[in-house]
Amino acid sequence: MSFAVGDVIAERTVHLTRESLVRYAGASGDFNPIHYRDDIAASVGLPGVLAHGMLTMGIASSVVVAALEPTARILDYGVRFTKPVVVDPHEGADVHVIATVGAVDETAARIDLKVTTGETTVLVKAQLRVAL
Amino acid sequence: MNQDLVGREFPPTAPYLVGREKVREFARAVFADAPQHTDVDAARAAGFADVVAPPTFAMVIQDQTLQQLLAEPDSGIVLARTIHAEQRFAYSRPIVAGDELTGRLTVTGIRMMGGNAMITSEAEITDAGGAHVVTATSVLLVGSEEGAA
Repeated sequence: MSFAVGDVIAERTVHLTRESLVRYAGASGDFNPIHYRDDIAASVGLPGVLAHGMLTMGIASSVVVAALEPTARILDYGVRFTKPVVVDPHEGADVHVIATVGAVDETAARIDLKVTTGETTVLVKAQLRVAL
Repeated sequence: MNQDLVGREFPPTAPYLVGREKVREFARAVFADAPQHTDVDAARAAGFADVVAPPTFAMVIQDQTLQQLLAEPDSGIVLARTIHAEQRFAYSRPIVAGDELTGRLTVTGIRMMGGNAMITSEAEITDAGGAHVVTATSVLLVGSEEGAA
């Protein structure tokens, strides 16, 4: 697979529901109650039950990995969590991921991820480097 | 926040055996639909011994190390007031089913911001042979008791 700076290698919208959060809690072992209890989320001043940051991060890399060769070697992956994804009990939330080639050198391609819900950017400095 | 935590090293976590069904369960939870995560034949065709865990699976082992930190009587960290601010992984290789992984946590920094504390820790994850697999670095933002977070 060749990488050219500016190329969009993948794009996807994932719909999250409360079930998605419970499923991730079980799969990951992260049972922080702010991810499934409205009363506790409210008691610590949050706007609602939030998706795990690690779920959002995991979705973003899933979108990239699906676009790569199965033998592709990921060197590193990092994000900053800026805004939470609030998951409404009825409406859920959509997480939109766009993966763009941000830089290429002799050894690696850097994939830059733009991850949003509605108009809100939820991850910044989201970058995954793939060995060439 | 207790600045004495900086530099503190924790004992290695008990070996975690990565199960094939756990990898499949985790892949489903993070919407990872590349075949090497769930299909053994696809994983082997790509040169792996078994199904390949999605990149953020390392967090399962890292979380065990963070539980050690949370359990420290002097940590001052309350889960409900803790927000995950930043996360990084640096890989030597992907995690595959059958791996037996151990995490070793070090608190590398604490920075105060207003009433909040930013705690950086690194979990070095190694396999049964002692070889490095991935280093997971997390920054936790712990809100003050007044609810400043």
